[in-house]
Amino acid sequence: MSETVNLFEQQAKNRRQTAMWIVLFVLFFAWLGFGGDAALYFGSIDQYGQPHYTVPWIGIVVTAIAAIVVWNSWRRGPKQVLWSVGAVELTNPGTLEEKQLLNVVEEMAIAAGLPRPKVYLVNDPDPNAFATGHGPETASIAVTSGLVQALNREELQGVVGHEMAHIRNLDVRLMTMIAALVGVIVMLSDGMGRMFRGGGGRGVGALLGGRGRKSGGAGMIALVLLVLWIITLILAPFITRLMAMAVSRNREYLADATSGELTRNPAALASALEKIESAEAPTASIKRSTAHLCIADPLGRKANLKEGRLADLFGTHPPMPKRIIRLKGMAFQQAKTAAEP
Amino acid sequence: MQWFLLILVVVVAFWLVGAYNGLIALKNQTINAWKQIDVQLKRRHDLIPNLVSTVKGSMEFEKETLQAVVDARSKAMAGGGVKETAAAEGALSGALGKLFVVMEQYPDLKSSQNVRDLQEELSSTENKIAFARQLYNDVATKYNTKQQQFPTNLVAGLAKAQVAELWEIEDQAERAVPQVDLSLKPKPQA
Repeated sequence: MSETVNLFEQQAKNRRQTAMWIVLFVLFFAWLGFGGDAALYFGSIDQYGQPHYTVPWIGIVVTAIAAIVVWNSWRRGPKQVLWSVGAVELTNPGTLEEKQLLNVVEEMAIAAGLPRPKVYLVNDPDPNAFATGHGPETASIAVTSGLVQALNREELQGVVGHEMAHIRNLDVRLMTMIAALVGVIVMLSDGMGRMFRGGGGRGVGALLGGRGRKSGGAGMIALVLLVLWIITLILAPFITRLMAMAVSRNREYLADATSGELTRNPAALASALEKIESAEAPTASIKRSTAHLCIADPLGRKANLKEGRLADLFGTHPPMPKRIIRLKGMAFQQAKTAAEP
Repeated sequence: MQWFLLILVVVVAFWLVGAYNGLIALKNQTINAWKQIDVQLKRRHDLIPNLVSTVKGSMEFEKETLQAVVDARSKAMAGGGVKETAAAEGALSGALGKLFVVMEQYPDLKSSQNVRDLQEELSSTENKIAFARQLYNDVATKYNTKQQQFPTNLVAGLAKAQVAELWEIEDQAERAVPQVDLSLKPKPQA
């Protein structure tokens, strides 16, 4: 009983958070646009107190673009994620391992009571896996060829069970959306940074300096706005990444636990995580903006290994040893209850 | 006072509809979960003749083991209620397990691509049966609890809810069946 309540709560939470991210994203762009407009407005006030810039074109256009980006990320997000890592759908299994992978995914779908998600292979020697999609009906699971090679059947089951948990809890919807939006923000910030470092900034400065000198108050407001504006641009990718990490970290423990419930074999997932951990090499084909989707940090960052405040802030995943210990604890509990008559 | 009564009637009506629909939803989930098991059982029945004909030639000395599998299959295909199906399918699992153990002694069989594929298919079907059973038992337990708990038990008659039988492993012999590891990869160092 409590399990179903938790499931619905978790799904509702993920729906809410997805909506929140969309709103924040559009608001961020609205601020970028209208903030720029305001700076121009105050900067364009001449010595008679007349503004020359009255229609907030930048704000309108930028907000509209943000809305289109959100709509596009929602519609094409899962495909883009799969495309960005070079995943190929596995429809015609050739080798025994590939057949086994398809079978294992089908088994876990049955255990979770969900339709079978599409299965994708990423050609990368480092073991890793992720899931994406809007919900159970449109979900996909992608695993690297390294994972298929390194794990045995039970361990593979544990990893696929973990991904199936992300699908069932609707984590995939939130995480895919975040991946798409964070990617856009990082790209934008990089682009703007380059522009300012080039000559773009000087033009704005000249505009502000030239007209603002006559009416000091308005010029100051424009300057403050501009500084705030630039700070937002610089900090945005950093902050959004931190938020994405926090979202991902909390959900990993839950997915590990659900996997243990589905397979009734948490020890297998623990040993799978140990193998993934010991492979150590970064997953080359998975980029930064999709890192939080994976079962283990593809970048192999040190922060994920440490414990404490700082690591809690900077890791996309909880420390691997902690996850393994929790799973082993679960295995012990299950063995104990099974042994009782 | 009248207002109070009216509100009470509305609240009770809403609750009735909700409880009734909840029970019906669970009932259908239970039926669906049972169908899932059925699909996998059927699949296993279909795979067995393939396996038998593939290994028959190489296993001249193991006629009884093969015959046991064939017999268990035809018994399982006869069907019946939850309990009978569970018992017959349990026996089939046991017979298949024994066959796989025997097959381990035939290296040329084990190395054959065809046999390896069949073994993977069968062990996967075995897993699917187990997971479908797990899901069925979970859903059926939820359904049973709901229809017996107060106050939902008041509408249980209305929804024609009946206690769903769980798929239990009755047979002591089957419980004792050794776990056969069919994964073709090296075991992890435990």
